[in-house]
Amino acid sequence: MSREAMEYDVIIVGGGPSGLTTAIKLKQLDSSLNICLLEKASEIGAHILSGNVFETRALDELLPNWKDLNSPIKTKVKKEKFLFLSKTKSLSWPTWLLPNVQQNHKNYIISLANLCRWLGEQAEALGVEIFPGFPASEILYNEDGSVKGVATQDMGIDKDGNKKDSFEPGIDLIGKVTVFAEGCRGHLGKQLIKKFELDKGKDPQQYGIGFKEIWEIDDKNHEEGLVMHTAGWPLDNNTYGGSFIYHAENKQVFLGYVIGLDYKNPYLSPFDEFQRFKTHPVIRKIIEGGKRISYGARALIEGGFQSLPKMFMPGALLIGCDAGTLNMPKIKGSHTAMKSGIIAAETIFESIKENKDLSIFEDKFNKSWIYEELYRARNVKPSFNWGLIIGIIFTGIDQILFRGKLPFTLKHKHADHETLKPANKMQKIEYPKYDNVITFDKTSSVYLTGTNHTDNQPVHLQLKDPNLPISYTLEKFDEPAVRYCPAGVYEIQKEKDINKFVINSQNCIHCKTCDIKEPSQNINWVTPEGGGGPKYGNM
Amino acid sequence: MKILVAVKRVVDYNVQIRVKEDGSGIITDNVKMSTNPPDDNATEEAVKIKEAGKSKEVVAVTIGEEKAQETVRKALAVGADRGIHVKIDGIIEPLAVAKILQKVVEKEKPDLVFMGKQAIDDDCNQTGQMLSALLNWPQATFASKIEVKDKKLEVTREIDEGLETVEINIPAIVTCDLRLNEPRYASLPNIMKAKKKPIEQLNASDLGVDTSSRIEQIKVEEPPKRKAGIKVSSVAELVQKLKNEAKVI
Ligand SMILES: Cc1cc2nc3c(=O)[nH]c(=O)nc-3n(C[C@H](O)[C@H](O)[C@H](O)COP(=O)(O)OP(=O)(O)OC[C@H]3O[C@@H](n4cnc5c(N)ncnc54)[C@H](O)[C@@H]3O)c2cc1C
Ligand SMILES: Cc1cc2nc3c(=O)[nH]c(=O)nc-3n(C[C@H](O)[C@H](O)[C@H](O)COP(=O)(O)OP(=O)(O)OC[C@H]3O[C@@H](n4cnc5c(N)ncnc54)[C@H](O)[C@@H]3O)c2cc1C
Ligand code: SF4
Repeated sequence: MSREAMEYDVIIVGGGPSGLTTAIKLKQLDSSLNICLLEKASEIGAHILSGNVFETRALDELLPNWKDLNSPIKTKVKKEKFLFLSKTKSLSWPTWLLPNVQQNHKNYIISLANLCRWLGEQAEALGVEIFPGFPASEILYNEDGSVKGVATQDMGIDKDGNKKDSFEPGIDLIGKVTVFAEGCRGHLGKQLIKKFELDKGKDPQQYGIGFKEIWEIDDKNHEEGLVMHTAGWPLDNNTYGGSFIYHAENKQVFLGYVIGLDYKNPYLSPFDEFQRFKTHPVIRKIIEGGKRISYGARALIEGGFQSLPKMFMPGALLIGCDAGTLNMPKIKGSHTAMKSGIIAAETIFESIKENKDLSIFEDKFNKSWIYEELYRARNVKPSFNWGLIIGIIFTGIDQILFRGKLPFTLKHKHADHETLKPANKMQKIEYPKYDNVITFDKTSSVYLTGTNHTDNQPVHLQLKDPNLPISYTLEKFDEPAVRYCPAGVYEIQKEKDINKFVINSQNCIHCKTCDIKEPSQNINWVTPEGGGGPKYGNM
Repeated sequence: MKILVAVKRVVDYNVQIRVKEDGSGIITDNVKMSTNPPDDNATEEAVKIKEAGKSKEVVAVTIGEEKAQETVRKALAVGADRGIHVKIDGIIEPLAVAKILQKVVEKEKPDLVFMGKQAIDDDCNQTGQMLSALLNWPQATFASKIEVKDKKLEVTREIDEGLETVEINIPAIVTCDLRLNEPRYASLPNIMKAKKKPIEQLNASDLGVDTSSRIEQIKVEEPPKRKAGIKVSSVAELVQKLKNEAKVI
């Protein structure tokens, strides 16, 4: 059956900061361009989860008058703290000894989801056609192999692949240029990187999993504008990660934890590390008496400079975290994602008007501040392979003394799915029980995300080999999916002494961790029916 | 035959509702809003009847703030022909809604009014019934099947004892149950087309309807938290606990 097709000048996949910025910039350059933006969430912002301490540099370039446009950027960073935690103690690190990249006094504490909602309004006002609830599920190619556009997901297919009464076929969206801005581990971006060998000669990509909870806390513990980070406990010296605690407006704190997905012990449960972290006396003191109102998780892309793939290919661009423009030592990717969107728009404008090749993107990128920024940050993450302490000492030398200009580049050696050690060689980790006051289980956490997928639809977490989880992964690694999935999607159930691998796909919060960490790359995340997934508010 | 469908904008059913700190209501800032689910069934049924050639026009109406228009757009995207948005801010009670709908009915002169059985925000389950009384039209509530027969409707209703089938004369009010049909998805081209369909803007204040509250809301609060469960080690212990602690057997 041939699908209906619609033509646009530019198709943008993903309504995060990078995609929305591309759309706005394109309309500013030429208001007559027809632009279509697809977003898999039920509305713009509903799948966005971020810290977020926001650097306005790219926004200043995009909308210099953003302060007059009723933007949701309100809380200026007023004070900073950096703590090293041991099990019961904490040591405060003087802020003047923090590398420049970790100083935030010019930045704002925002909800990135709300920023995206606002950017969405700006884009729509300029005439961009935004379609929330429509995942791009497939890449379309021209006969010469160049990207032609994308197809949207069929809707109303039951779990066995039959059409339901409500069946609505997807359509082909054809663009002169297609921009992929799906964020970290985009499911189409992944295919493009493979097909066009965009990562040739680059280091393996690196990822982390980031958790976030929003708490409404007691007035006396709240200090609007305070930004705090911690390293150390509960992680051991060999696991990369740390926390953020941002005091936002309305007595809320954004509390989060990021753990490198290159961790080695299959018994490690990122979710439980985060829950346990909150029981540290200095953290407990902040949230005690408060109320948890939101929960969520999302993978981050951390490989940076060494792992950044080529971002152009025939007919398409790959931008933002879909490519990997996040600055890891800063834990910031919104401003760089936006900057890559601005460069994408300038590239496309010239390509359409002056018939230039999309490869001009690279030169523009290399000449911009984003390149400089990622270059200087490049050695921080790999240095933590030597452990937390040496990593910090090296980072101090690299970032404070040499400002990222040391004459060598450290390599990322392994992809994250290769780093797990066999379970029988590693120690089990006993995590404390949840107290339902400070710490909570996965079920009640996922409940807060408002996640839902229409029940009778194909499972969107595809196993390349359905037997592998039991025959290999359980045997060798004690099936770590049970622990690394932040939403409890994966379970091992025993039925009459036979182990069964169960996928509760309706709970999936689209973080993409399984697609990254599964040791055999056996789990493939594909787009579910439109509008499914979390319904984040001000994450 | 002309069908008027009433659609309400409510907090999406998947969203975890949060109560405002002062107990004056719930938080709706940056919360995902959607069409009240049974209203989607009402629209779907009207469009199906039209597609079967038994109706000429489907008009979707909503009453509410500026953004409530999105609800009408959604109805237009799944097949309604045009929309009406009666603008009014704040919470309005079923009686006021019914009175406004009465005015719209007088103006539009539909043969049928389809509505949801109840709205998932306030769960009143009153508006359809009140409109029926105001217009003095017959009503069939909780419809799980509708058959159009000449000047009559045969409606199957879901009631606690089972299914009840009633026959009512047209013009009539029908409130729809979730099991009436499976609402279709709005396709991308149809969403585009819906952007061009007309939505008439009216102001509630111009309709001469008294929309003042008749109910004083004293407080909104969260239901009490459920206590954590416990594990019992044997049936005997369970029975003992049910008898002596819970005192239910
Ligand atoms: C815990 C955490 C804390 C962070 N803290 C900060 C911080 O403090 N400061 C900072 O600057 N950055 C921070 N970041 C990073 C920042 O969030 C990202 O760099 C930024 O969101 C990247 O923007 P993007 O547009 O590339 O992708 P995203 O923001 O991920 O947006 C991608 C969008 O595309 C949609 N999409 C994906 N696939 C499809 C598809 N196939 N079809 C349709 N739609 C699709 C998604 O639903 C999403 O809305 C943090 C990230 C995390 C996880
Ligand atoms: C567990 C449960 C969950 C439900 N959940 C939903 C839901 O989520 N949504 C939904 O739409 N419906 C739900 N229902 C169905 C809904 O409760 C009933 O359809 C609805 O209550 C019927 O309303 P009614 O006014 O006809 O009668 P009732 O609510 O049964 O009666 C109301 C009261 O009127 C009085 N009364 C009734 N008849 C007489 C009489 N002959 N003489 C004297 N007094 C009388 C009684 O005091 C009675 O309590 C649920 C039902 C149950 C049991
Ligand atoms: S199933 Fe995968 S993508 Fe979904 S929540 Fe779990 S780990 Fe994340």
